[in-house]
Amino acid sequence: MNQSPMLTVHELSKSFGGVQAVNLVSFELKEGELLGIIGPNGSGKTTLVNLVTGFVRPDSGRVVYKGKNITGQPPYRVVSFGIARTFQMVRPFYQLPAFKNLIVPLCSPRVKKLVGGKYGDRDAVALDLLEEVGFERDAYVSYKVASSLPQGYLKRLELAKSIALRPDLLILDELFSGLSLAEVASIVPIIEKLRIQGKTIIMIEHRLKELFRIADRVMVLNYGRKVAEGLAQEVMENEEVKKAYLGSEE
Amino acid sequence: MKKRKERIDRGIKARSEDIFALSSYREMLYLLLPRAIPVVGLLLFTPLLSSYWQEVLISTAVYALLAISWDMLISAGLVSLGQSLFYGIGSYIAGALNHYWGWSPLFTIPAATVAGGLVCTAMLLPVLRLRGIYFAMVTLVLPLMLLRLVEATRILGGTEGLTGLDPFPSQLTALYVIQVALLAGLFGFRRIIGSDYGLIIRAINDNDRAVLSAGLNIHWYKTQVLFLGASVGAFAGAFGTHLDMFAGMPGFALDYSIMPVASAVVGGMGTFAGPMLGAFILVPLSEILRALGTLRIVFYGLFLVVFVVALPEGLFHYAQRKYHQFERWVEVEK
Repeated sequence: MNQSPMLTVHELSKSFGGVQAVNLVSFELKEGELLGIIGPNGSGKTTLVNLVTGFVRPDSGRVVYKGKNITGQPPYRVVSFGIARTFQMVRPFYQLPAFKNLIVPLCSPRVKKLVGGKYGDRDAVALDLLEEVGFERDAYVSYKVASSLPQGYLKRLELAKSIALRPDLLILDELFSGLSLAEVASIVPIIEKLRIQGKTIIMIEHRLKELFRIADRVMVLNYGRKVAEGLAQEVMENEEVKKAYLGSEE
Repeated sequence: MKKRKERIDRGIKARSEDIFALSSYREMLYLLLPRAIPVVGLLLFTPLLSSYWQEVLISTAVYALLAISWDMLISAGLVSLGQSLFYGIGSYIAGALNHYWGWSPLFTIPAATVAGGLVCTAMLLPVLRLRGIYFAMVTLVLPLMLLRLVEATRILGGTEGLTGLDPFPSQLTALYVIQVALLAGLFGFRRIIGSDYGLIIRAINDNDRAVLSAGLNIHWYKTQVLFLGASVGAFAGAFGTHLDMFAGMPGFALDYSIMPVASAVVGGMGTFAGPMLGAFILVPLSEILRALGTLRIVFYGLFLVVFVVALPEGLFHYAQRKYHQFERWVEVEK
């Protein structure tokens, strides 16, 4: 019970020009937890991810991961601590075949360190990873150039790229957006399996129904501020949250 | 009866570069043939040419090396318009070592290759974060700046340059040195880009932020690529210096920057063999056109335009595709 948090975000702020994208946001995350972050468009969710993963330097505030202050560290270093992310707009390596996309994270210093230098056949590991995220085993699609893959596969590939890094904390930025209900339903078990493996996960989502089914806790952002945090049902009862999502009634 | 052309890719088996490909002589030959062409062509046939054409081929190979070096940079998404920076730096380092300390070409060339690579990398390091046209502008400006610096401060011989440097023992030696270097560069770079390391390089070109989030320091990788490219360029410069027995301001000339780009466009980028092929077309062509006098540039330019419009992917990509495909006419039913 007295477990110290895995990730502590303390009063993180960032403004772009005159827009306060993230405003004094603080939250904590325990190991093994699944935290959902929701909020209307432009509420600062993705910026928050960028701040935590080092893609954007915060104006003020602190990010502490496993007792280490990682604020403002470059993204590749953040990965080496064990935090991996996916991008909302998928970023595959379009010129490379799907499974070759995974060679890049498999070459990272983090994976080399965890595996102990030798990786044997990286291609085989890559194909295994693709199977884990729902590419059919030995399917032609695994060998196709990423630019020819449909959106559903690109999202899975994006997920596989982050899992390949063997992260302890996984940040999924709108993994479900642009997917059909059936596709979402097929990805949810993958996430549940990751949880069983003991991964801590932050999910940014617009698909509330699917998120609430798997999230332990939900945090709501609006105009860069944290407006609510707690269990899914509690949060949706919150007056401010209703206002943010449905608009005020006056 | 209507007919249409059907194109089929050859089976993966013969195309893969794994052990499977070695299961029959036919397949071995299929893989070996395209690789044997540059090796046999350069090493066995060029010595039979006349002294004049040997000279042309030497300068062709120098441009081909610069083109390969350019192609290495473009693989990581670095657009360079300043191959003459690498050439000039390499040329001045080799020239100075030979002129002031009397080092033999046997040592000046390797020294200039490594030192030139380091110096050029250090000069471009601050702008390595820039992308596309911004990086290109800096590479274009740097050699021009150095050119004026030499002129204004009169260092390293000033406008006169360093003259009377040691030549190669014979033209044949020079021919072999540059051709072996070119083949080493070609196959070495192709090997690198085909490895997992090369995959990271290509991925940086594709999407650098995704490589960052894969836990890799892209700036460090770009620095390494820059060093590789710059070293090969500096080697070309050091070689050229001893060939001309002169190191001077022409080393920074625009020719050395533009020709590699033109070669890569004609030959096909990203394959190393393409830019080399491009140089082997453009440089001799420019020699042949010399007979036309002033009109030479007109025809040369015309050739370039026609080529780029007709075959924008580049000659090598086209040839490679054709080599890996069967073609046959099949009947179309109405």
